Amino acid sequence: MLILECPYCGVMADETDLHGGGEAHLKRFGPGSSDDEFETYLFHRKNPKGVHFERWRHVSGCGKWFHAARNTMTLEVYATYSAQTTEPPQDVIDAVKAKHPDWEGYK
Amino acid sequence: MSNAVSALQGASFDGYCKVEEAGLTGMITLRGDLASKGVAKAVKAATGAAMPGQGEVTEGAKGRVGWMSPDELLLIVDHAEAAAIVEAAAKSLGDEHSLVVNVSDARAVYRVKGAACREVIAKLTPADTSVMQPGMLRRTRIAQIPAAFYLEDDETAVLVCFRSVAQYAFDLLKDAAKPGGEVW
Ligand SMILES: [Zn+2]
Repeated sequence: MLILECPYCGVMADETDLHGGGEAHLKRFGPGSSDDEFETYLFHRKNPKGVHFERWRHVSGCGKWFHAARNTMTLEVYATYSAQTTEPPQDVIDAVKAKHPDWEGYK
Repeated sequence: MSNAVSALQGASFDGYCKVEEAGLTGMITLRGDLASKGVAKAVKAATGAAMPGQGEVTEGAKGRVGWMSPDELLLIVDHAEAAAIVEAAAKSLGDEHSLVVNVSDARAVYRVKGAACREVIAKLTPADTSVMQPGMLRRTRIAQIPAAFYLEDDETAVLVCFRSVAQYAFDLLKDAAKPGGEVW
């Protein structure tokens, strides 16, 4: 069972209190973009075995979207953080690196 | 004004905890900047209560105020007063970016009374009810529906859900409180 701390409520919310929103920090390609960019934006998603950044919504709690950095293999959660950012904050990166010094990094 | 009735009109069930529908309860949703003086002032005037912090519910002479999200409060007041309180709060907030709505008749409220009130709710929700103390409020779900609950005292839990699922919530609570279903 995946349990994430909602950064807005400060409560430990079980997976069934949450709604998954897929890969985090996508850059939108809309009108004016190339077909390749648009296709990538719409369909191509990372599916790593290991460190991953995701969007989650505290759906039966505060209703807010937030981010989570977790490990898809071990289910370890490194951090949850605000939705108001376009990339993982440094302290989240540091938390991952502390556990995985050889991690190739975000992106 | 039509004759206001609560969802289950005070229905109750005697299990190893007593479950009862709370009857007419005034409920107001207030959204805005919870750090603003204007909101604190409107809340104080409406309920007499201080602003709740994250995950808290506070009590004043005229009602309670629950923290629902970083920009949302639930005011629990006298049902008959709710409309006037909404009007006064909206006026007091003036041009401040905010929203005040009377949701009294869109909700159902239950009390679960007994030493095992936390246990009865724990059967239905993923939330850790053992950490709940009077003054704390948790928004979560019970079985398939969203619900919020807090403790009035150590043996009285108050649970709020949408009125459209009032019967479902009551049936869940009754089942969880059934004699013979004690866990501890
Ligand atoms: Zn939350």
